[in-house]
Amino acid sequence: MAKLRQIAFYGKGGIGKSTTSQNTLAALAEMGQKILIVGCDPKADSTRLILHAKAQNSILSLAAEKGTIEDIELEEVMKYGYQKIRCVESGGPEPGVGCAGRGVITAINFLEENGAYENLDYVSYDVLGDVVCGGFAMPIRENKAQEIYIVMSGEMMAMYAANNISKGILKYANSGGVRLGGLICNERQTDKELELAENMAKKLGSKLIYFVPRDNVVQHAELRRMTVIEYAPESAQAEHYRTLAKKIHENAGQGVIPTPITMDELEEMLMEHGIIKNIDESLIGKKATEVAA
Amino acid sequence: MSDNAGVEEIKERNKQMISEVLTAYPEKTAKKRAKHLATFDEGKSDCGVKSNLKTIPGVMTIRGCAYAGAKGVVWGPIKDMVHISHGPVGCGQYSWAARRNYFVGTTGVDAFATMQFTSDFQENDIVFGGDKKLAKIIDEIEVLFPLNKGISVLSECPVGLIGDDIEGVSKAKAKQIGKTIVPVRCEGFRGISQSLGHHIANDSIRDHVFGKLGDKPARFESTPYDVTIIGDYNIGGDAWASRILLEEMGLRVIAQWSGDGTLAELESTPHAKLNLIHCYRSMNYISRHMEEKYGIPWIEYNFFGPTKIAESLRSIASHFDDKIKEGAERVIAKYTVLTDAVVAKYRPRLEGKKVMLFVGGLRPRHVIGAYEDLGMEIVGTGYEFGHNDDYQRTTHYVKDGTLIYDDITSFEFEKFVEKVKPDMVGSGIKEKYIFQKMGVPFRQMHSWDYSGPYHGYDGFPVFARDMDMAINAPVWKMTKAPY
Repeated sequence: MAKLRQIAFYGKGGIGKSTTSQNTLAALAEMGQKILIVGCDPKADSTRLILHAKAQNSILSLAAEKGTIEDIELEEVMKYGYQKIRCVESGGPEPGVGCAGRGVITAINFLEENGAYENLDYVSYDVLGDVVCGGFAMPIRENKAQEIYIVMSGEMMAMYAANNISKGILKYANSGGVRLGGLICNERQTDKELELAENMAKKLGSKLIYFVPRDNVVQHAELRRMTVIEYAPESAQAEHYRTLAKKIHENAGQGVIPTPITMDELEEMLMEHGIIKNIDESLIGKKATEVAA
Repeated sequence: MSDNAGVEEIKERNKQMISEVLTAYPEKTAKKRAKHLATFDEGKSDCGVKSNLKTIPGVMTIRGCAYAGAKGVVWGPIKDMVHISHGPVGCGQYSWAARRNYFVGTTGVDAFATMQFTSDFQENDIVFGGDKKLAKIIDEIEVLFPLNKGISVLSECPVGLIGDDIEGVSKAKAKQIGKTIVPVRCEGFRGISQSLGHHIANDSIRDHVFGKLGDKPARFESTPYDVTIIGDYNIGGDAWASRILLEEMGLRVIAQWSGDGTLAELESTPHAKLNLIHCYRSMNYISRHMEEKYGIPWIEYNFFGPTKIAESLRSIASHFDDKIKEGAERVIAKYTVLTDAVVAKYRPRLEGKKVMLFVGGLRPRHVIGAYEDLGMEIVGTGYEFGHNDDYQRTTHYVKDGTLIYDDITSFEFEKFVEKVKPDMVGSGIKEKYIFQKMGVPFRQMHSWDYSGPYHGYDGFPVFARDMDMAINAPVWKMTKAPY
């Protein structure tokens, strides 16, 4: 058996991380890879398309129910979905209370201690939004994911997030060996999106792994709580995900230490591509009425 | 150094000693620590040291944290309230009944000061938040200890980190059970010492105890002689020994803050005629607030040793009529007989003995008079968490050439004691055994070494006996100091 590969999907909230990752992993499973998905999001919806349902028992909700994390068994929280993909969700508190970051740490430690990573080719972490605190950086710390894939689009905020996540990777790159696997652009049909995504990847010292075009079949599948791979295996979109899966599979060991850019450089790049307009310094911080006057 | 060395010689020695100690530090640290070490020059308005600054990482400090100040000092002694150490178990466990705040009451029935209540946070509570658990604890307290008069919720670090809404829970529960519940945001990472915890706790009394009173009249019949004791934690019975003197001179003590104190006493305090402050550092905030809001004047007093007690009784009496002034004189005259006998007995055994102090709150200056009444001499003193106003007040107590050390490190303290060779050191439990092993007599001046009281006329004989016991114990004749 090949060495266990651990990868993680990061990216701005709402960018399509979970959809992209589940479709890609479904395609990897088709290729015969044994996969575990670790959802690191209190919403616990990182495995919904694989399981055809929201995971019933997240690690933390069950631990809370039973008293302590020591009281739960791996079998109670690990579910098998499409192509026997194993799925666990860390779960976490409802919005506005507690510490979801600590929850991720607790959940991952539980999985490691209980042998969840045995007999696998891939472990994939699906992590919420930005790397807001130490807990959500857990998958990029020592001995966790070797490669991070950042899901992004041609929107400004998505690129800000990609840059921030790269900073997080850089921080742990020297101590733990984590690398940036590359960017995955999930098409939003913004102006010059492909060009921009490629340029962003270049600036980060990485590459654009794949440009996933927008297709309504994804929504159709999602409504049925399925991946496109399962729902419409013959579709062009399914082929796109298969290509992405293949590229990730072949990308083993190809990750790089990212070179995040400054805010100014990022804005400059967006200006170059005409995404934001270059404005006179003297207008910064002025209201529309003040500018008109 | 001979005993009759001149002040200039002492100042020169101190200067050399300080620069020698500083050579052990990296340059940056030495530069910072230099500002906290000095010799007092007669006539100056402060002691020449910087204070209330962050401790330098890497040194061994004697300081505590904001939680220690709020729970251990201010709130903990209020006996008829339950004080919840909210967070993981350690903070509550290791601060459990550590300050010997005596009280009258039946533990577990109507008094709770020596009990430890904690929410004992587990991993789940961190991840999912502890608000529900807090609400449950309050319910359980109501069932198990129905005679409690209220609850304080003392926040430990993790509660602040995860952003729990203890204010919301406290408010809802207070309404539900009809009692005072005080959320106290005293997370240990706030501030640089326990000092901020005192301030936070004072503010929580202002907001959650006084804040609820409105314009309600006093629940008792007021007299012109109503005073309070503020900043006496009744360690070993100190507040009792103080209270009886005030009562004997004709005043009425309507509240004790917070040793042997109750919630009702806190609530009564805005009706006092004069607030008497012993520990200025920990309770000046609330005293200033009452002065502003209710127009209650406050004065500081000192009940350590007959000289300072007499001075303080007269100064307190000066705020009242002749009846009280006469009362003060009567009390002083009555007890002078006793203290004269104590001095006669112990002074010959203690005369000329040199003492170095390092304590918190008010003691680095307040106890000096008591030592001097016994013919002893303070050659060095310093505050754990004092501010500049403490060092200003210290100038009235120390003599020219006294070594001053703020937030002293363990290393500096050892070196200074080695060089100064005092006859006794007065500090805390962490320091005790270091100096005793060095062959130096020692008294714990936080907890009175499980003795006390030391306040008032009743306290002075105990103080004198304890100092004699420490210094003249035969054991020191059998040891040889390594220097």
